[in-house]
Amino acid sequence: MIPGFITQNSPALLIMVPLIAAFLCPFIGKISAAARNIWAVGAMALTSAIAFLLAFDVYSAGTRVYVFGASAINLAVPLDSGGIPIRIIFTVDAMSALMQIIAATVGFAVILYSVSSERSHSGIESYYTLYLLMIAGVMGMVSTGDLFNFFVFLEILSISSAALIAYRIDKGTAVEAALKYFVLSTIGAMVILIAIGIYYGEYNALNIAVIASRMQFTLLDQIALVLVMAALAMKCGSVPMHFWTPDAYSMAPASITAMLVVASQASLYGLFRVLFTLYNVTMNAATVGWIIITLGVLSMVIGVTMAIPQKDVKRLMAYHAVSQTGYMLLGVGVGLAVLGNQSLMDAFGYMAMEGGIFHIVNHAMYKGLLFLTAGAIFLRIGTRNLNKMGGLGHNMKYTMIFFIIGALAIAGIPPFNGFASKLMIYESVFAFNPILSIIAMVVSILTLASFVKVFHSIFMGPKLPEYENVKEAPAPMLIGMAILACIVIAFGLFPQQVVDTLIVPAAHALVNQGAYISAVLGGA
Amino acid sequence: MRMSKIVRTSADLLYPFILIFGLYVVLHGHLTPGGGFQGGAVIATSVVLVIVAWSYEDILAMLRKVVYKAQESAGLILFIGTGAAALLIGFPFFYNFLANSGLLFGMPAPPGPNPGELNTAGVIPVMNIAVGIEVWGGLAIIVLCMLSSLARERT
Repeated sequence: MIPGFITQNSPALLIMVPLIAAFLCPFIGKISAAARNIWAVGAMALTSAIAFLLAFDVYSAGTRVYVFGASAINLAVPLDSGGIPIRIIFTVDAMSALMQIIAATVGFAVILYSVSSERSHSGIESYYTLYLLMIAGVMGMVSTGDLFNFFVFLEILSISSAALIAYRIDKGTAVEAALKYFVLSTIGAMVILIAIGIYYGEYNALNIAVIASRMQFTLLDQIALVLVMAALAMKCGSVPMHFWTPDAYSMAPASITAMLVVASQASLYGLFRVLFTLYNVTMNAATVGWIIITLGVLSMVIGVTMAIPQKDVKRLMAYHAVSQTGYMLLGVGVGLAVLGNQSLMDAFGYMAMEGGIFHIVNHAMYKGLLFLTAGAIFLRIGTRNLNKMGGLGHNMKYTMIFFIIGALAIAGIPPFNGFASKLMIYESVFAFNPILSIIAMVVSILTLASFVKVFHSIFMGPKLPEYENVKEAPAPMLIGMAILACIVIAFGLFPQQVVDTLIVPAAHALVNQGAYISAVLGGA
Repeated sequence: MRMSKIVRTSADLLYPFILIFGLYVVLHGHLTPGGGFQGGAVIATSVVLVIVAWSYEDILAMLRKVVYKAQESAGLILFIGTGAAALLIGFPFFYNFLANSGLLFGMPAPPGPNPGELNTAGVIPVMNIAVGIEVWGGLAIIVLCMLSSLARERT
């Protein structure tokens, strides 16, 4: 049915399709605006289809290895290279496939939304070009099996996101936010580059599998670990390196903010990949696990307490994003803290990791949805200030429904997906340390309180005279939101099926370092 | 705000030479130090030289933004297209299908000390050329955009 050519080359096509589409976009834009929109949406749809195809392959047939530029696709170790993979290799295991599914789903919903949300702006060719580059960056980051390549895709992602944050110049405020993001990303990327240099100097390799198989955890490796952890924790917006998120998330167009959430999670994926695949049990997993847990708890508490007094709706949501990142760090951190202890892993470690990873998926969906609703409101009334809103529920009914779904999901109310993953985190973390679990629940209650307030001030109350004739958001935006809302509900109604089919293989792929190494290096 | 006639004339005279030197660095990227990016940057300096010598308004007729934008995209398409072409003939992405094929850049590299055989290395020179075109366009666009905002401030 699907040609073998596509299934064979799907990891490469995943990068190639958005890149080619991005570079052709300025030319297509010369023909007509409609052709450009169809081109961008079509390219994104194709990328998503390839991502799903590849994910299906990976989940059914195991880790996929794709070697760039070799004479055969799976020739990871050339015969005359002395057992070292010399080329750029994409290693797509279940965890990478899961991240690709997230990026593909959110990316497609967002581009549908962008078609009408950005219609009245200038420079749309560059918008779509940068957007597709961003997709290529995320896809590359989560698929690559090569540390230097990871850095390259991280830079592609940072530069295109920085340009998109500044896309609405907004009297310079957006540019300021973009500059802040750009400077911090560059510092982060340089720090990662230093760490990569350390690995390369020490192990003569850049391939993650090779470094993992030779890892000795010397002092240099400890320094490299600290550098990578600090940089990637900054990129995923965890406290105390969260200060760029409110600016960047609130000043970017709403569609881009939804993608920035995915981008942050790609960094989170990078962090987990380094911790679990590169180091695994060679390091003192309990200590590093507790560091991750501390980062997580700090992010949760500080994020939510900073969110409550905010008056700008997108800034408020950005602080909630910081807070939700804390849940993922907490869940996976607990898994990391008991790594290597099989009985504790079976008792609650795997479940905590599954909860954390499930929360990554859920967060991308409901947070994306919430940012898109905020964008729809901004499009119609032109302000993000909560004090100036009110009574919009009369005119924007669908947006209101989507907002309710997103808000209840982020607060962890059944039957939405946030509940499913948070419950997994509460249960497993309670077995590890009850206090952490209680903090997580309190944060969840504060989240609910905050969103009740936001919901009330945006949608409830009588119609305000200035918003008498506000219209519902245009159809493509509603479709984009509906895609995410449907996933939020579906994952909330059938969490067990989702966890069994998608999350458990991903968590095991992350823990099982040996499988990752042997997928690249052969049965060694 | 143009410079004196001496500067303008020498800039005009130097322009083709810098251009040719940059193109040389691009084309010999697989043999000598340098390559697409470096060569492209050298060519872009020729653009900067002309802009410095003349004024922004003067050069707008000569150096057109549209052309550089098109160049930027075209270079990138050539690069990714070369990588993708390998897929079409049944090899992995970025496979060097031109090397030792006898076609363009397809001669085998001679062993031992030699003055350098230009016609070797397969797709690597093609990609150098692509990067050269892209960097030329990209850097020129950056300079022109910075200048246009400066010009706007002055008026």
